[in-house]
Formats: sequence, structure tokens, C-alpha cells
Amino acid sequence: MLIQLKNLTKTYQHHDGAINAVDNLSLDIPKGSFVTITGASGSGKTTLLLILGGLLRPTSGKMSYNGKEINLHNDEDLANFRSKHIGFVMQSFALVPYLTAIENIMIALNVKNKNTTENKKRSLELLEWVGLEDRTTHYPKELSAGQQQRVAIARSLANQPDLLLADEPTGNLDPGLSEEILGILKEINQKQKTTVIMVTHSPMAAEYGDTRIQLKNGKLVV
Amino acid sequence: MRLTDLTLKELWHRKSQLVSGLLAITLGIGVIVGIRSFSVVSEKAVAVNLDNLGANVLVLPQAASVDNYYSADIDAPTFPESYVERIVTSTLPGVDNLSPKLTRRVKIGNKNIVLTGILPKSEIASKPIWQQGGLMAKKVAASCAPKPAAEPAKYLDAKLQRKGIDSLAEADCFIGSAVAQRLNLKETGTLAIEGKTFTIVKVLPETGTVDDDRVFANLHTVQALLGTGEQISAIEIMGCCSEISDGLLGKLRNVLPDTRITTIGQIVSTQIETNKMMNKISLVFLIIILFVGSISIGNYIWANVNERRKEIGILRMIGYHKRHIYYILVLKGIIIGLLGGIAGYILGTLGAIWLGPQFAGIEVSPIYTLLIVSIALSISISILGSVIPAYLAGKIEPFSNMQED
Repeated sequence: MLIQLKNLTKTYQHHDGAINAVDNLSLDIPKGSFVTITGASGSGKTTLLLILGGLLRPTSGKMSYNGKEINLHNDEDLANFRSKHIGFVMQSFALVPYLTAIENIMIALNVKNKNTTENKKRSLELLEWVGLEDRTTHYPKELSAGQQQRVAIARSLANQPDLLLADEPTGNLDPGLSEEILGILKEINQKQKTTVIMVTHSPMAAEYGDTRIQLKNGKLVV
Repeated sequence: MRLTDLTLKELWHRKSQLVSGLLAITLGIGVIVGIRSFSVVSEKAVAVNLDNLGANVLVLPQAASVDNYYSADIDAPTFPESYVERIVTSTLPGVDNLSPKLTRRVKIGNKNIVLTGILPKSEIASKPIWQQGGLMAKKVAASCAPKPAAEPAKYLDAKLQRKGIDSLAEADCFIGSAVAQRLNLKETGTLAIEGKTFTIVKVLPETGTVDDDRVFANLHTVQALLGTGEQISAIEIMGCCSEISDGLLGKLRNVLPDTRITTIGQIVSTQIETNKMMNKISLVFLIIILFVGSISIGNYIWANVNERRKEIGILRMIGYHKRHIYYILVLKGIIIGLLGGIAGYILGTLGAIWLGPQFAGIEVSPIYTLLIVSIALSISISILGSVIPAYLAGKIEPFSNMQED
């Protein structure tokens, strides 16, 4: 198993009481799988994705990665975990606005490798792979939504992660572009054997997953 | 693409913000540089004025009092003239002019006057007020003005000093204004003292001091006339006031243990108090600018952090640590500090050069060492100002970018 969650709970305190966004959830995610998480708004799917990516600390429970328990309460450990193992693709693309397409990828590579020449070479390869070799010096605002998402996907693959987490990656795209992006994610999963976990509202997008999970009130439905 | 490149690109990307941030630090540093440029010139002017008050340290024989010195008693104690050499060869810092004197009361006709033997060069240098009277066309050196360290005392070369005696010839004398009035004497006239005739080369302008009642002649002539041998009554020293504060008197006592060394209290206290006051004013301005500058930079960086919350979240998401966020923001502060320090130095210096003659009637010159001080100060202010916003930026959650625009 790539990921094992055991009795994971995330509680938010509100003025009218505590709410469990993720409620005592246990889950195993095999290596190389393409998991889609669906559910209504407030069902806890994004919270679960944040915990899986080491971006949010759970209130209780354990998470193991490749059989090794992750210390979910140490900020430095979580930063290392993210840079070594996880790639993120966000609905809003999460690109740095004043960096060009190639620089947005290089800044991710710089976390692990300070060699600028090597990083530039690798960034160019990634941009070629997503079909944007002619847009390397374009800023995000000079790219279409689909092109921005492709840059974000290229960046997510920069450090060759074992796990790609995608949060509504097609949420800002029209149906044609959505299929294109989903196709890229599927290719990453199948050709590079990268595990993909994707949160989506779209039933069409959910069809791309070989394992489909539905959440309701922080609990697994299916 | 390294974090330094990212910082530079971000600075360039938000140029208008950069200008406003730079403006705050530039103005702050400009004010400090301007004030300092003014104060250095005015400190020199004040120091010159203070020097005009005359010598401020007296070396007297052990048994003598200051009253003895001023009353010039016939039997007032003396000490060897060679003591001057001892001070000179000790190369004590802060001793600017040495003026050995032999003073005795003598009768001219039926009137009592005070005859003072002086070595003219050192005497004249320590009495700038006489130079203003046209006795000697020589620029006044401020004893307390900034100057190269360990500048030797002006009496260093005894032979040179003896050459100076020639300028006050063996039979020449200066007379104080009160003496000229009482004895009805004029320049180029003559004056007989103890059977020797002196030519009056100058009637000194009125000073309002005991010098008005004195006749000044060559020290060695006076020593021969009074039969004292190579003895003197006192050595007047123009000591730098800061050096006096730092224990110059104690050091002089070590050099001349068998003498009585005293300050002319009012002069010294005026000099020290004036210098202290000017230093305090500079310090108060420095503290205000440090405080205001740090807050301005802090405010600027904090506004920048808030604008970059999403971007900081992205960097944290892709694996950057808190320390990398601190680095980006503090580096930004340092760059702004560097640019602001240079711009502030140029602004402050140009401002002082332009405004100095117009408003204060003083010529201000660039002080190049202030450039280093400006940059160091500006960077310090910027680091101080950016530390807290950087710390708070480190607390931004890495999922900040998950929220939709």
C-alpha cells in the first residue's frame, strides 16, 4: 500500500459547535492506483486531500506512507514529505504570477536540486511533455486556462513524485479542456505508474478513476 | 530559478510598491545623512569657537595655585622649560597646542604690569582670538574637530620651535590693550622694562581677559631679563575636550608627576557640554529614524506578505520550508535597505549641500564615510522591520492557495 489511513479525524471548531470534516476515516490506497473522491460540498473531500498531501494536520488518527508512519505534527517533516513524494494540481493552477512557465517549474525543482542548468533542462523536458515548449517564457496571464493547468501539471511532476494530488483540476476548464487535462493525468498514472488521487465534483471526471470514493459528512459512502 | 532570483523578480514585478518602500527608507536615511552632514560642519564651527576661548589645561608647578599663575607673584614657583619636551615626546593624543610661559609682575615707571615670556608660535596658535586681530594670517585649527588620529603636537620638533622664536625678535613685544591705554603706548613705539628697550610690534585687540594687562615678550628674553634661567611658570595646553573627558589629565600627570595639572573649568565644561549636547541631538534623531524607519519597512513588508499569501502558500505547498520564506522576505528587506541606503545618502548629501548655504549659511561637503554608515544603518533598519512580518509569513498555511480567487 502506498497510503494507509487509520481512524483519521479532522475537527473544526465553530461557534455553534465542533464539526468533523473527516470523521474516523480509515482507508488504504494502493500504489499505482487512480483514485477519485467525490461528494457534495462540505463532505470533507478537500480536507481529506489536504491531509493526504501533508498540508493540513488531522485532529487525530494516523497516516502511513509506503508502510512508514508520517509525523503529521512536525512542520519540517511535512515540508520534506511534500517536496520528496507529492505533486499537487490545483483548481486555481497555483502558479506564481511573476514567473514564466519554465521558472514556475524550476522553482519547484530548486527545492531539491540547486543546479540551475540541470533544472532548466528538466523543466524544458516537462514543458515539451505537456506540449508547451513554445510557451516557456510566457507568464501565467499570457497563457490560456488549459495551458496554465498544463504548466501546473508539469510542475507537479518536476520532482518525480510517487503521488499526484489533484483538487478539482478541471473546475475552471471547459469540457474540451477538461478531457484533455484528465487525459494527461490518466497518462501520468498509466505510463509513469504515479498514484493519482483526484477530488472532483464532476461525475464525468470521476469516471477516470479506477477506484472511486464518495464522502458524506466526512465518512466513506462507497 | 533560485530564491534570490525569485526575490528579485518579485521586486521588479511590484515596481510601484518597491518605489513606495524605497521612498520611506530613502527619506529616513536622507534625513540622517543631511543632519549628520550639517552637524559635522557645525560641530567644527562650534569647536573653532570653543577653541577661541583659549587654552583649557594648565600645567603648574606642584606648589603653585591658579591664583599664583594669574597674579604673577614675584616669588611664584617655576619648573624647567624642558617639561614641554616631555609632553611632546609622550605623543599624548588630544594635546593640540602647548604654550610655555614665564610670568612675573614688573614695574614700568610707577605702574605695575605683568610681563609674560612666550614662545610666539605656540602662544599665537593657542590664542586664535589674536589671529583674528590680524596678528597672523593663519587658519584656526579646531582642537575638538574630527582629525586624523595621533596627530603629533605642534611642539614636536624643538629646533623648529626655536626657529619660531625669530618671528618674535629678541627685543620685540606685544602689549595688551589695557597696558597700551594705561601707559599711552602705540605700535612701533618702544617700551623699557628692567633696563631693556623693547619695540612694540603689536597692540593686541581687547579680549576682556587678564591678557589685556600684559606685555608679551620672547620667553628666552624674559628668562634672561628676570634671571630665572630656563624656568617657566606654566604650560598652557589646548586639550581636546573629548580627550579631557577620556582622562587626558591623568595621562599628563603620569608624564609630569611633580606638577600640578588643572583644567580651566568653565572652558572645559562648556566644551564638553556643547559636544555632549550635539552628540545627544544626533542620537535622538538616529533613534527616531531607526524607530520610524523600522516601522515603515515593517509595514511595507507586512502589506507585501498579505498580498503574497497565496504565493507563499504555493511555495510551502511545493516543499519550501519556513526558513525559505524568512529568507525571501528578509532578503527583500536587505535589498531595499541597500538601495535605500545609497539613495538616502545621495539625497541627504545633495540636500545638505543645497540647503546648507541657503538656510544656515554654511558650506557642506560630502562625507564619504557616511555612505557606508547609511548602507549599514539602512540595511539594519530593513532587517529589523522585516523580521516580524517574515516570522508571521512563515505561519501562513501551505493550503492558502486552495481557496478559489
